[in-house]
Amino acid sequence: MVRERGLGNWIANAIIYLVVGFAGLICVLPFIHVIAVSLSSSPAVSSYVVGLWPVGWNLDNYLWMVRNQQFFRSLLISLVRVSIGVPTILVVGVITAYPLSREDIPMPGRTAFKLLLLFGMLFSGGMIPVFLTMKNLHLLNNLLVLVLPGALNIFYTILLLNFFRGIPRDLTDAASMDGASHLDILFRVYMPISLPVLATVTLFSAVDHWNSWFDGILYLNRTDLWPLQSYLYSLVSTKMIQWTGPQATKQVNEFLNASPDGLSAAFILFASVPIILVYPFLQRYFVTGLTLGAVKG
Amino acid sequence: MFQSRPLVPSALGLPRRVGARHSLRAIWQQHWLLYVMLLPALVLLALFNYYPLWGLALAFVDYNPFGGLAGSPFVGLQNFATIFGGQEFWQILRNTVWIATGKIVAGQVAAIVLALLVYEITWRFYRRVLQTLTTLPYFLSWIIIGGVMVQVLSTTGTVDQALAAMGIRPIQFLGDAAIFPWTMIALDTWKGFGFGAVIYLAALTNINPDLYEAAAVDGAGRKARLWHITLPGITPTIVLMSCLSLGSVLNAGFEQILVLYNPVVYQTGDILDTYVYRYGILQANYSIATTVGLLKSVAGFFLILLSYWLADRFAGYRIF
Repeated sequence: MVRERGLGNWIANAIIYLVVGFAGLICVLPFIHVIAVSLSSSPAVSSYVVGLWPVGWNLDNYLWMVRNQQFFRSLLISLVRVSIGVPTILVVGVITAYPLSREDIPMPGRTAFKLLLLFGMLFSGGMIPVFLTMKNLHLLNNLLVLVLPGALNIFYTILLLNFFRGIPRDLTDAASMDGASHLDILFRVYMPISLPVLATVTLFSAVDHWNSWFDGILYLNRTDLWPLQSYLYSLVSTKMIQWTGPQATKQVNEFLNASPDGLSAAFILFASVPIILVYPFLQRYFVTGLTLGAVKG
Repeated sequence: MFQSRPLVPSALGLPRRVGARHSLRAIWQQHWLLYVMLLPALVLLALFNYYPLWGLALAFVDYNPFGGLAGSPFVGLQNFATIFGGQEFWQILRNTVWIATGKIVAGQVAAIVLALLVYEITWRFYRRVLQTLTTLPYFLSWIIIGGVMVQVLSTTGTVDQALAAMGIRPIQFLGDAAIFPWTMIALDTWKGFGFGAVIYLAALTNINPDLYEAAAVDGAGRKARLWHITLPGITPTIVLMSCLSLGSVLNAGFEQILVLYNPVVYQTGDILDTYVYRYGILQANYSIATTVGLLKSVAGFFLILLSYWLADRFAGYRIF
């Protein structure tokens, strides 16, 4: 960049730094408020005196959170969901993208398959037909519904496909000449080169899975099967704690001492932690991930 | 992005096609694994993308949940007539297009402005911190953001408390039908502008620095460089993003609105997706909801095709 001198430019720079700083501030202030609420006493939260600093410091909200049985159950379901869902997306994506990317091999049906994939991505039956499909496949109230319908992620598959296509043909030709099978080529040639795109898909699909909540609400009637973010929905959507389980009455009494806002603040922060933990890694793959955003539209 | 390349002739120098049957068998013998690899995706596509399409038949019957599809009377286009004849559908369509368009415009403008400003920042530490802060909300779910915003924007929330302290009448961000769509647009822009700026920053860093040097030698000031180098440098990206965004004018943000809306703001805040969910799933009016969903799917499909066509035409962009 060219550096400018003079008072006018100094002022312009100062304004730019301030405006960008302000943008950063409005992104982070709401979260600071929620942190403050989560650490405040319940009377302070209920009377809305908490701003950006906790009033009546305590950890009650977090204690209430961890004493809640549904908290651990939903956390476990979320963790299992991510650890099964992400490898599934990755494996299905890679084995689908590989044959499609090998355009040097004539393969009848490849174009038809690509069109099936593309149409499947662009046209959906809509919420009700998909819901009835899950019902017919006996996936309602079945935890597989969180992983199986999303196992083929067409966006990520296209991202992988486009990356695989950029791999120089010389590499695969040389490997074939040495008698390498498709599996050899896939694992010894493609995978090592594709680490950045594999990392991108892993991180973005992990975030997707961790953040998904509507499928839980839609397909799982039993609240004890809900992942963490679906459970969080029941806390924040009504701004009140809803208890639908059999153990309701007992826990309601215990929870009446907690302020709903303080408790949901604790939940919100807890659910954000994994995202913040993977965030530094995620940042490295932003630009690769952008291709995704562009395709998704 | 990539055009298919000419097929490599076989190593033995044989003509590529020795009669269809023979070559098919040869391909199968050598490369059967490729077909096996496509099998899981084929099954998943069939089950979760194509099998649901039978359910679109619900739009043409008066669905009876107990009798199933076969036990429901065929009504032809009756459901469409009902929808088009009523006020509600048009209101919801207007809400959807209005909120979605607002989000696209505000989101793109905010992302471009942020990128241009961040690009001017030379202190790398500051730049990195600010990029981290502005990008983070994009990766948090609408449940989390919604939970935060309910606490910040409700009538008892921080913003209205602050306004009250300054003697300004509190604003019902989430409880006033006239304001609700603007709140949705603002929140979506707030959540996405940092990540949206990343693509423009990537375009900015691709601008040849020599251009700036040359312009400086010619005595071009900061403003001149912005108009004649920086903005033309990111114009292709702006064109591309504008073309692609056309595909989402019917997507007003289902998850966001589901978390934040309430009956008071249905009139301006209810969108196609929330209507289908509430009317179809929660109230079990399967046929009408499927019809609305079908209309959205078909229109959305053609909008995306159009957006891809425009992106290819004006920005040379292809998804495959």
